[in-house]
Amino acid sequence: MVDEVILLDYWPSLFGVRTRIALEEKNIKFDYIEQDLCNKSALLLEMNPVHKKIPVLIHNGKPVCESLIQVEFIDETWPKANPLLPSDPYQRAQARFWGNFIDKMLPGLGKLMWGANGQEQEEGKKEFVEMLKTVESELGDRTYFGGETFGYVDIALIGFYGWFDAFEKYGNFSIEAECPKIIAWAKRCVKRDSVAKSLPDSEKVTELVPELKKKKRVE
Amino acid sequence: MGKENEKVVLLDFWASPYAMRTKIALREKGVEFETQQEDLWNKSELLLKSNPVHKKVPVLIHGGKPVSESLIQVQYIDETWTDAASFLPSDPQARANARFWADFAEKTISFEGGRKIWGNNKGEEQEKGKKEFLDSLKVLEAELGDKPYFGGETFDYVDIALVPFYSWFYSLEKCGDFSVEAECPKIVAWGKRCVERDSVAASLPESEKVYQQVLKLRQIFGVE
Repeated sequence: MVDEVILLDYWPSLFGVRTRIALEEKNIKFDYIEQDLCNKSALLLEMNPVHKKIPVLIHNGKPVCESLIQVEFIDETWPKANPLLPSDPYQRAQARFWGNFIDKMLPGLGKLMWGANGQEQEEGKKEFVEMLKTVESELGDRTYFGGETFGYVDIALIGFYGWFDAFEKYGNFSIEAECPKIIAWAKRCVKRDSVAKSLPDSEKVTELVPELKKKKRVE
Repeated sequence: MGKENEKVVLLDFWASPYAMRTKIALREKGVEFETQQEDLWNKSELLLKSNPVHKKVPVLIHGGKPVSESLIQVQYIDETWTDAASFLPSDPQARANARFWADFAEKTISFEGGRKIWGNNKGEEQEKGKKEFLDSLKVLEAELGDKPYFGGETFDYVDIALVPFYSWFYSLEKCGDFSVEAECPKIVAWGKRCVERDSVAASLPESEKVYQQVLKLRQIFGVE
């Protein structure tokens, strides 16, 4: 049976990037369908009725929602090529812990980018930098979070890199100055085909921000 | 395999719904474990060392190595003690679905969510908290449907994720002046079914005891 794989996604989404990378790492052919988040398609609403969000991975007609759950699903469905999670339960628990921690950076980033005032934005920046430093000390001097193997935690974080230019511009700070090892790690990751193909163009993301800010004020 | 026989210690707090998940999982698998009760206002050295990032309970320490975050602990327990039945189905699509619903429960039915109800006096904030709680519980109830458990015939990962909060329903009802059973009868029926299981009965405190704890918290946070 030939697998039919569809990804409902939105090009700048740092969550969508995770799923794209996981599929590319496994060499899975998929149909990418760009979604208009202001005018959600019937397919998106049918496939993710609970959250109505992207990314949605549709495998042989059945949906899988939530990016990190999609990454595990991809790893379990196509187990042979490039394992994304370690096989040892303890190492898997550590990987899941850091994936979970990375997701906890989002509220701070939300404040930084979409905060109502300067104070909220500063708070958000502080939270984000503190958490990124914690992630950086976890990385240490390793090539990837998984050691020599690119995997789950790298995939969880690298999507943020497409937004670093935007964070720096709007937050008025340098991520490299705060977390040089993270930048070095990111540059290593973008050399991988799967990442290069999947990350959005940083300039285009930054250009999109004023439009997104306007929409958020309306919501 | 030697790994399963190594010592298991759980850094615990009896009223924590998160710690209850881990205790239920360990008991479902028949794992011997010790608990160390933590004073959350005066955290032990061991807790701070074992969970330096979040400094929270529960922490599962197996053979000296710590695992943090309750749902991650439940998955770790499932993957380490493989003789007993798995909490997750074997099909990847069904597994993803179970993870989705556990994640939904995690995001919507929480200590902080409950606090909006018990941590406020009657008024707008409390009403908002009640609405959020009940809206989410109704979505979960629709997913449960007429099944005995979220796992179908099998008590599984999603059941483990949600059932600890059953012990907090009474406190929310008393503080919020509403009835969970009136709003979500299937959830309450499911909760009663779950507490018939030894693992759940042993891990959930009595609702009245939780309520006494909530009253203490209300005093500490200056609510009354």
